[in-house]
Amino acid sequence: MRRKPPGPREPPSFGTRREKEETVKIGVPKEVFEGENRVAMTPESAKMLQKLGYDCVIETKAGNAAGFSDAVYKEAGVEVVKTAAALWKAADIIAKVRPPNDAELKRLSSDKTLISFFNPGGNEAGMEKAKASGANVIAMEMVPRISRAQKMDALSSMANIAGYRAVIEAGNNFGRFFTGQVTAAGKVPPAKVLVVGAGVAGLAAIGTSTSLGAITYAFDVRPEVAEQVESMGAEFVYLDFEEDQQDGAATGGYASVSSPEFREAQLAKFRELAPEMDIVITTALIPNREAPELWTEDMVKAMKPGSVIVDLAAEKGGNCKLTVPDEKIVTDNGVTIIGYTDFPSRMAAQASSLYANNIRHMMSDLTPEKDGKINHDMEDDVIRGATVTHQGEITFPPPPPKVQAIAAKPKAAVKELTPEEKKAQELAAFKAQTKQQFTLLGVGGALMLLAGLYAPASFMQHFIVFVLAVFVGFQVIWNVSHSLHTPLMAVTNAISSIIILGALMQIGSGSFLVILLAALSIFMAGINIFGGFLVTRRMLAMFQKS
Amino acid sequence: MEFGFTTAAYVVAAVLFILSLGGLSGQESAKRAVWYGIVGMALAVAATLVGPGSGLWLLSILLIAGGGIIGTYVAQKVQMTEMPQLVAAMHSLVGLAAVFVGYNAHIELGNVLAMSEEARHGLEGFAALLAHKTPVEQNILRVELFLGVFIGAVTFTGSVIAYGKLAGKVTSAAEKLPGGHMLNASAAILSLICLIWYFNTGGFLPLFIMTLAAFFIGYHLIMGIGGADMPVVVSMLNSYSGWAAAAIGFSLGNDLLIVVGALVGSSGAILSYIMCKAMNRSFISVILGGFGGSAGPAMEIEGEQIAIDADGVAAALEDADSVVIIPGYGMAVAQAQQNVAELTRRLRAKGKNVRFAIHPVAGRLPGHMNVLLAEAKVPYDIVLEMDEINDDFPDTDVAIVIGSNDIVNPAAQEDPNSPIAGMPVLECWKAKQVFVSKRGQGTGYSGIENPLFFKENTRMFYGDAKQSLDTLLTMIN
Repeated sequence: MRRKPPGPREPPSFGTRREKEETVKIGVPKEVFEGENRVAMTPESAKMLQKLGYDCVIETKAGNAAGFSDAVYKEAGVEVVKTAAALWKAADIIAKVRPPNDAELKRLSSDKTLISFFNPGGNEAGMEKAKASGANVIAMEMVPRISRAQKMDALSSMANIAGYRAVIEAGNNFGRFFTGQVTAAGKVPPAKVLVVGAGVAGLAAIGTSTSLGAITYAFDVRPEVAEQVESMGAEFVYLDFEEDQQDGAATGGYASVSSPEFREAQLAKFRELAPEMDIVITTALIPNREAPELWTEDMVKAMKPGSVIVDLAAEKGGNCKLTVPDEKIVTDNGVTIIGYTDFPSRMAAQASSLYANNIRHMMSDLTPEKDGKINHDMEDDVIRGATVTHQGEITFPPPPPKVQAIAAKPKAAVKELTPEEKKAQELAAFKAQTKQQFTLLGVGGALMLLAGLYAPASFMQHFIVFVLAVFVGFQVIWNVSHSLHTPLMAVTNAISSIIILGALMQIGSGSFLVILLAALSIFMAGINIFGGFLVTRRMLAMFQKS
Repeated sequence: MEFGFTTAAYVVAAVLFILSLGGLSGQESAKRAVWYGIVGMALAVAATLVGPGSGLWLLSILLIAGGGIIGTYVAQKVQMTEMPQLVAAMHSLVGLAAVFVGYNAHIELGNVLAMSEEARHGLEGFAALLAHKTPVEQNILRVELFLGVFIGAVTFTGSVIAYGKLAGKVTSAAEKLPGGHMLNASAAILSLICLIWYFNTGGFLPLFIMTLAAFFIGYHLIMGIGGADMPVVVSMLNSYSGWAAAAIGFSLGNDLLIVVGALVGSSGAILSYIMCKAMNRSFISVILGGFGGSAGPAMEIEGEQIAIDADGVAAALEDADSVVIIPGYGMAVAQAQQNVAELTRRLRAKGKNVRFAIHPVAGRLPGHMNVLLAEAKVPYDIVLEMDEINDDFPDTDVAIVIGSNDIVNPAAQEDPNSPIAGMPVLECWKAKQVFVSKRGQGTGYSGIENPLFFKENTRMFYGDAKQSLDTLLTMIN
C-alpha cells in the first residue's frame, strides 16, 4: 500500500463553496480535428469533477457529435461558452482528445494545464511550443501501465473500443453469418476469425467475435497471454518454435521486437492459416516503432474472395502492406482491407464516456485533497510518467516507473504427468498407505497383546468396549455434515454429561463429602443435559430448506 | 439390585447415542436424531436410578430437575452468536463433574479398603464393586481415576478460559506467562510424578497436587491460544470432556460411560483435525499458539485499497446474476446475519443466484456460520462448503466478503513465504467483482496483510457490517 485510499465520496457541500473567482475551471473545447466525434467531458463526468471542487466549462456543440447536447451539459451544471477562444481563456485546465494543433498550442499559457493525447514521441515541435508557453502538459498515452493507473489508461479504453468496432466493421463487410447455423434453407458454416496480437484491442476483438459465434483463433508473440486468450473462448495459435521470449512484464506489458527466426516461424504459420480464415484482425503494435508487417501480400492472395482484413495498426503503417490508412479497399481477388484509424471516434458516445472517465480519474489523482486545486505531484509515478512538459521544462521521456510489472512472474511450469507416471504414483501412494496402516495396526495390536498379558481380564473387557466405541465414533462422525458441526458439539456436550451416571451411583453410598461432591456433579450434569439437548433442538429447528 | 436390567438399558442407550450422532449427517435426519439422544439419556439415567448402588434418588431427581431448569433457561435465552461461549461453558461443567466423580471414587476406595472383610460383604452398589476388586485391579483403578481427574481438571480451567475469551471477558490475544511452554511441561512432569506417588501410596495429597497442576495447565494452555484458533480449542476441549468421561467410566467399571466418552472424544478429535486441516496447520502448532515465522520476506503488495459506497455496491448487485457471500467472524460480531439474510431474500426474489461460501474455520466454532445463517432463516441448501463452491468463483459476478479476512487471503496460494502459505482458502478473487465489508484497514487475526484488498476487482465497503448492509438494503428492493 503506497497511498491512503480515498474514503467514500461525499456529496459536494454547496454551503462551503469558495468564492467564484477562486474556483479552478476545467474547460473542454470542441475537437478541431477533421472527423473527430469524441469529446473529453460528458455530463456524467462533469458531475464527478464538480465533486472534486472544480467548475466545468464546455464549448458550445462540443458534445453534439457524441450525442451530448448543450442542454444536458447545462443540466449537469456545466457552463457553455460560445467560442473556442473564450473557452481557452476561461479555463485553467483544458481537457481534450486529439493532440492540440498549432492554433491551440498558441493559446496555452504558463498558468494552464493541458490534458490530452499528445503523441510526445512524434511531436517534438508541439512539445517545444508547449514548453515555450510554460504550460503543464499531461499526455494521456503516457500513463504508465501499472495496476493503480488502469482507471486512467486511455490507450486501453480506446483500444477496447477499437477491438470491438473492428469486428463490427468486419461483419459489416463480410457477406456471411458469424455463427454456424443449420436452417431449413441449408447449412451455414461458422466464420473463422484470426486475431493477431492479443493486447487490449485484440482481446476485445476476440471477445466480440466469440460472442457473435465465430470460431476465433488468436496469436501473440507473448506466450503468457495464451491463458487470457483461451479464457475468452478463442484458440491460441502456438508456434513450433523454441526460444525464450522476452517477458512482456519487463517491457511494461507491451510486445517487443522478435528475432528473425521467430518471425519466419510466425509467418509460416500465418501462411498455413490464411486460406482458411474469413476475417483477419491485426492489432500488432510495438511502442514507438513502425507496425511490423505480419500479413504479407501472398497471404492476402491466398485468402478466399469475400474475406475481410481489418488492420488496426493502419495509423503506424499497417500490419499488412496493402492497407491504405483511413480507407477501405478491395483487392483484385476480392479481399476487403479496412484501414480506418478512427474506430473509437466511430463509436463516439461510448468512447467519450470512457475517455471522460479516464480524464476524471486523472483529475482525482491530481486533486488528492478534493479541494478543487491541482497538486501536480512529480513524485507520483503516474503523474510524473504522463507529464511531458512541466513549468517550462520538457519532462519527456519519463524515468522508468518505480513500480514495475503488471503481469505476474511466469510460474514454473508444472510438468504434465503421463498416464503411466500417474498410475505409478498412485500405486506408490497406495503402497505407502497400506504399509502405514499395517505398521499402525501391528504396533497397536502388539501393545494391546502386551497389555493383555499383564492387565486383569475385567480391565480388558472394558478396554475392548472402549476401542470399539472409538472406532464407531470415528466412522460415524466423519459422515456428519460440515454445516452441522455446531449442533454436533452441542449434542456431544449433552451426552458427555453421561458422567451423571457415575455421580448417581456414588450419591447413595458413603460419607457426607461423597454425597456433596456427587450432588454437585449431578446438578452440573443436569444443567448440561437439558441445556445441551434443548439448544441443539433449537438450532436444528432453524435449518430450513428453501 | 438386578445388574441385568441396567446393562440392557445401557446397551439400548449406547445404540441410541450412536444413532443420534450418526443422524447428524443431514439436516432433516438430525431433527430426528436429537430425540434419540434425549431418549437415550433418559433411559440411562432412569436405569441407573433404579439400578444397583443408587440411593437418595429423591435428592437426585430434585438436583437433576434444578439443573434442568437452569439448562432450559439458558438454552432458550442464548443468542446464536453466543453459541461458542455456551459450548465452552458447558464443557467446563463436564470437566468439573469428572473431577468430583473421580475424587469420590478415590474416597470410596479409601473407605472400602479400611473396612473389615465382613463389612465389605454387606456393601452395596459402587462400594460393593470396589470391594470385589483385586489389588491389581485397584491399582489400575487408581491410574484410571487419576487420568479422569487430570483430563477433567484440564478441561475445566481450559473451558473457563475459552469461555472468557469467547465472551470477551478475557483478552482474546495469545498470552503466556514468562517461561511459556516450559511451565506447561513442568506442570505435566509434576503430574506424572504425582501419578507414580499416588500409584504407590494411594494417598490424597498427590491426587490433590496433580489436580492443581492440571488446573494450571488448562489455564495456561488456553491463554496461549487466541482469536481464530478458537474453533480448534473448543473442539479440542469437547474431545477432552469425552476422554475424561471415558476414563471415569473405566474407574467406575461402567461400560456406557466408556462408550459415550469414546464417542464424544473421537468426535472432538475429528473436529479438531478438520479445523487444523482447514488452516493447514498441525495440531501441535495450534496448541503451542501463535503463527510460525515466515520463511522469508512477504511478497510486496501492489496497488491500493479502493473504497466504494453503498450506491456502487447496490448497482453492481443489480447487474449481477450470481452472487456469493462469504461470511466470517466479523458478521457474528456485528450481529449482521439478519441483514445478510434479508439481502439474500431480496436478491433471490429478483431471480439472482445467491449462495454462501463457508470456510471450515469461519467464526469461532466449527459450523458457527451455518448456525447463524440458519437462525436468520437462510435456507441451508444455498449455504455451501469451501470445496463445493471454490470452482464456481470464476463464473460468479459478485463476491461479498463480510467480516472475514484470512480465509480469503490469496497470499496463501500466491506467496510461498506467507505464514499461511498452503492454507486452503476461498478463491473469491476469481469472481468478476469482490466487495469487502470491513470495519477499517487493519489486518486479520494472523496479522497478515491481505493482498485481496488491493486487487483490481476488489472494492472496500468500509464500515460496520450491520450499518453498511442497512444502507445497502434501502437501495435494493
